[in-house]
Amino acid sequence: MGDFVLGPWSCLSWMFKFCDSAVERGNNSIKTSKYNFFTFLPLNLFEQFQRIANAYFLFLLILQLIPQISSLAWFTTVVPLVLVLAVSGVKDAIDDFVRSVLLKDEKWMNVQVGDIIKLENNNFVTADLLLLSSSEPHSLTYIETAELDGETNLKVKQALTVTAELGEDLQKLTDFNGEGCTIRNTEWCFGLVIYAGPDTKLMQNSGKTTFKRTSIDRLMNVLVLMIFAFLALMCLILAIGNGIWESDKGYNFQVYLPWAEGVNSTSYSVVPISLYVRLYAWVSFYIDWDRKMYYPLNDTPAQARTTTLNEELGQIKYIFSDKTGTLTQNIMCFNKCSINGKSYGILSICLILWVLHLSNTEKVDFSYNPLADPKFAFYDHSLVEAVKLSDVPTHRFFRLLSLCHTVMPEEKKEGNLVYQAQSPDEGALVTAARNFRFVFRARTPETITVVEMGETKIYKLLAILDFNNVRKRMSVIVWSPEGDLTLYSRSLFSFDLFCLTTVLQEFAGEGLRILVVAYKNLDEEYFQDWIGRHHEASTALEGREDKLSEIYEEIEKDLMLLGATAIEDKLQDGVPQTIETLAKAHIKIWVLTGDKQETAMNIGYSCNLLNDDIADVFVIEGSTSDDVLNELRNARKKMKPDSFLDSDEINIQFEKSSKKTKLLPDEQANGVYGLVINGHSLAYALEGNLELELVRTACMCKVVICCRVTPLQKAQVVELVKKYKKAVTLAIGDGANDVSMIKTAHIGVGISGQEGMQAVLSSDFSFAQFRYLQRLLLVHGRWSYIRMCKLLKYFFYKNFAFTLVHFWYGFFSGFSAQTVYDEWFITLYNLVYTSLPVLGMSLLSPGDVDDHWSLLFPQLYVPGQQNLYFNKIVFVKCMLQGIYSSLILFFIPYGAMYNTMRSDGKAIADYQSFALMAQTCLLIVVSVQIGLDTLYWTVVNQFFIWGSLSVYFAITFTMCSDGTYLIFTASFPFVGTVQNTLSRPNVWLAVFLSIALCVLPVVGFRFLKAQLKPTASDKVLLKIKEAKKRPPPPSPKRRLRRTSTRRSGYAFSHQHGFGALIMSGRNMRPKSPFATTGTFSPNSDKHKHKGL
Amino acid sequence: MYYGLSNFYQNHRRYVKSRDDSQLNGDNSSLLNPSKECEPYRTNEDKPIAPCGAIANSMFNDTLELYRIDNDTRTPITLIKKGIAWWTDKNVKFRNPTGDGNNLTALFQGTTKPVNWPKPVYMLDSELDNNGFINEDFIVWMRTAALPTFRKLYRLIERKNNLQPTLQAGKYSLEITYNYPVYSFDGRKRMILSTISWMGGKNPFLGIAYITVGSICFFLGVVLLIIHHKYGNRNTSADIPN
Repeated sequence: MGDFVLGPWSCLSWMFKFCDSAVERGNNSIKTSKYNFFTFLPLNLFEQFQRIANAYFLFLLILQLIPQISSLAWFTTVVPLVLVLAVSGVKDAIDDFVRSVLLKDEKWMNVQVGDIIKLENNNFVTADLLLLSSSEPHSLTYIETAELDGETNLKVKQALTVTAELGEDLQKLTDFNGEGCTIRNTEWCFGLVIYAGPDTKLMQNSGKTTFKRTSIDRLMNVLVLMIFAFLALMCLILAIGNGIWESDKGYNFQVYLPWAEGVNSTSYSVVPISLYVRLYAWVSFYIDWDRKMYYPLNDTPAQARTTTLNEELGQIKYIFSDKTGTLTQNIMCFNKCSINGKSYGILSICLILWVLHLSNTEKVDFSYNPLADPKFAFYDHSLVEAVKLSDVPTHRFFRLLSLCHTVMPEEKKEGNLVYQAQSPDEGALVTAARNFRFVFRARTPETITVVEMGETKIYKLLAILDFNNVRKRMSVIVWSPEGDLTLYSRSLFSFDLFCLTTVLQEFAGEGLRILVVAYKNLDEEYFQDWIGRHHEASTALEGREDKLSEIYEEIEKDLMLLGATAIEDKLQDGVPQTIETLAKAHIKIWVLTGDKQETAMNIGYSCNLLNDDIADVFVIEGSTSDDVLNELRNARKKMKPDSFLDSDEINIQFEKSSKKTKLLPDEQANGVYGLVINGHSLAYALEGNLELELVRTACMCKVVICCRVTPLQKAQVVELVKKYKKAVTLAIGDGANDVSMIKTAHIGVGISGQEGMQAVLSSDFSFAQFRYLQRLLLVHGRWSYIRMCKLLKYFFYKNFAFTLVHFWYGFFSGFSAQTVYDEWFITLYNLVYTSLPVLGMSLLSPGDVDDHWSLLFPQLYVPGQQNLYFNKIVFVKCMLQGIYSSLILFFIPYGAMYNTMRSDGKAIADYQSFALMAQTCLLIVVSVQIGLDTLYWTVVNQFFIWGSLSVYFAITFTMCSDGTYLIFTASFPFVGTVQNTLSRPNVWLAVFLSIALCVLPVVGFRFLKAQLKPTASDKVLLKIKEAKKRPPPPSPKRRLRRTSTRRSGYAFSHQHGFGALIMSGRNMRPKSPFATTGTFSPNSDKHKHKGL
Repeated sequence: MYYGLSNFYQNHRRYVKSRDDSQLNGDNSSLLNPSKECEPYRTNEDKPIAPCGAIANSMFNDTLELYRIDNDTRTPITLIKKGIAWWTDKNVKFRNPTGDGNNLTALFQGTTKPVNWPKPVYMLDSELDNNGFINEDFIVWMRTAALPTFRKLYRLIERKNNLQPTLQAGKYSLEITYNYPVYSFDGRKRMILSTISWMGGKNPFLGIAYITVGSICFFLGVVLLIIHHKYGNRNTSADIPN
């Protein structure tokens, strides 16, 4: 535990903390960092040498320190290596520092195990606590666990009676509250800290921070080994050649050159490529600085928290997305309603449950209603008129909404009503009623106080027929002040119960959650009979649930339909468009949510994941292993009947191969399908033998929605795809329940929104809105990938061209490993002369087309997914091109030099002139090559390329100048070479010839490829080129198709409601300032605490 | 006039390194304490070798003399021995040790001649500005060749006027004082007379290469043009939706 930080000012404080936490256990400070001040150097070096390139470099350095072996001066290796390590080290330190700034809140950092802390309303629970007591009756404490499981409804925790009675005296413990919760609706509570800091359930569950590497990074290790083998082979050839030469010619040549002691080995300078790969990571500032990914409302810029994963963003094939807070805003809007057949639309009334950033929302004049919720947005005037005109059904409609719920009101000041709802939808409904002047004001176990059109009415609450999953509705039975005994019911809209009106169909088509409200006047006699049986059923010892259900069903018959409400689970801005764009880029989106199936599917429709293009949506909800297997098989049979034949290649592959080769190729379904799988089915499907079945089926579908999944299952699903598919995965989420998924996926993205910072802190990238994902992937990801590929290709090319020239020279220098180039050139070649142009190409300009076009043509993303721009084949091509170039670069100077003389007869075929000529050729050729590779020219590119060439000539001139030689005689033996060589026309003729020969085949090959076998992205690029010539088209306006598929919404929380709790009065404050009475109902005991 | 050697690996790594530039630049401490790179030609009989190293040790020391035979009379052709090295080499890179007076014998006091040399470095020439380390034959030899077959400038034959060739047609005789053994390593010695143009010495490589590459380019250009006309329409963006 501890940190490494930059700068002495903070080092001290962190060191202090380091000692501190070492001594005392149980400190609540959490560190997600890897290093501290002392361990940084060894740990970081160890990690860096895990990169084979670096380790190889070190090995090379050791070899070079042995004078008999070395052909190069030590500095040729040390300078790049030290630079690589220093740059990487500094970058790691900064990354780690950024990551480590986690719990900045001093107050919570000092919390220790055994402390008793007092939490107030809306406080964030920062340790695992045992609830001791609270301000609420019966020591109930409402907590919200959105951070943990994504559910935004309140959960109730209760302290043990022993401690509860002690009030603020704290002695005993009751319940286990996890860190990551937020206290709601409870003025204060006391808790005993049981686990703090890294021991908390949350931290234990969030998995280890693993070192994520990109596939290119891993490929690099393989390639470095390949290069190593290749160079070893070359060395072997040279060594054998050397042996033969020494024993044959060298033996005879001893007159002039006696044999040396020791082995004569050749060690070539290897590609210090990791430097650039690491340097390249700085490109992430592009993401940080992208103004188009900045969310002004809560001042959140996008942030690249891990800087080494950028190119992987260009290869994403699977996106695993959370729903709540990621796709949706977690804001419920009372959007539409239909009363007595008349529909009121166009209005959108949003209930924002916890308003963090929308406090400046435009307010509408509700002065006519003193109790209106000020956060209301808009309303339909005709509906207001209807209310004002005392339209009976309308009044009844809103009365129902204000009565039939389990919301708890809170009125600390007169007129300042706050509702605490178990589910946001319920809150939205009650708030809507409130703003239409049916204000639910207070409740006691037996009464509900409603201010109807300014007139306070107290309804006697006789029964709450609580919600359950079978009936999918809830009802209340009230006695109105006028003496009417009425049952009000609201129910999940389903097709088998009500005949559809076109209005409802329309509502449903818009992806709204629909509730149908109905009522029924009851006969008092019947009710007395019923309530008796109800009492009986509710005290039954066996099968109470079923009996209660039966009783409920009995009374909820023959209801009068009042109307319907439509609630919108508000999507974040631009989500459907983003999803459409991502789908065009062939990215598969899986939604993993803790929500119920209906809710999840609804969101699927409203955000355009599921639409009419989808031929069929398979729902997997089997509750046994066999059921699940059958359902999966049936789905697959429908999508691809062939896949069950023995002749199917995947089946063949699986029979042939052992279990080791597990990568599945992509299968093509015969249409577009969707898959919905339930949490409990998923549990079976993730078991050993069904895994494969699940992957095969799910990956054929365009859309997969997993509902009711636990955080662990989320991670398991990601792991599953990672295991069987050769694809890059991305997980996006905003809550603590997404942390495991974010850490498991190749790339984790955190939405820095409302649900705290857990997800962001463990993510690799973070931003405020889901829609920025398309920009992150299609623009930054694509650029990063293309740039990285170009960078790698170019680097391998230029280093092969560079190194292999030595190999050819070996044949003419007695295999003695004499370098062709000056030692200084070798040192500076990669560091100075060729670094800036390639960095300019890969850092400071977009890969090919700018962001506008990248977003307009998502197809351009596809080559990245297929890893087309850099793989082993591309590498081999680079190698071949490098070999070809090196041949040219050696033999053209050779031919031009052979037995030739200067125009004044003096020497030019000497070693130094040859070296200078060869290195000039090389440098110009690689500069031209980068010019060819650069598709997007900027001033910076030009500047860097010409600048590097000028620097080369400037440095070479300086090194060959008389002054330098006189000061450092031994280091710069090339004195005078430049003046004597570069002034000669034949040198330049040779240079131009080399350029022509190196470049022509490349140009020809590219031309042929573009002519004969253009790829899809070539075509897109061509189209863009054509389009650029025309005046720019207006910015793309994508029309979103609304679907009209029938489906139902569902607006209850997943749990049983608070009905029993309310009826028992256990959650009622004994003396609520505005409640009429506060007595406990004598028959409260019969209602058990099922909700808890 | 050039002398040429073949199969002589002046570009061998150990050979190339075997010199001490500081010593050759007239550094007095290096003169008496040559660089380790010069081994095994660093010291001889406990005295430092000047100039040290394998390159200097193997200096070409045949003498070539050219005579024109005109009716049995041998007229020696004037061979100019100065101006055969790069100006920078002669004036910057190579310097004699400094000290009192110009007596090279005194300046090289305490050093010994390279093993293979018949006489010490300060006796290479009689003229002061062509003796010691700044002897041009020595400088030319010290500029190691890039390839195992090489030629080095030996002497200049100056053209007297533009009306007649420098060496008129006729009989010539070449007299060689044979000091330099090449037989052991299968080497060949040559004497080359070459006229130089603005492009330098005769080397047909570039001309041939340019003609060849030019023709290939032309040919390829035609082929690609045909291909473009025939298949170019494949690359249309018609099937890419907007």
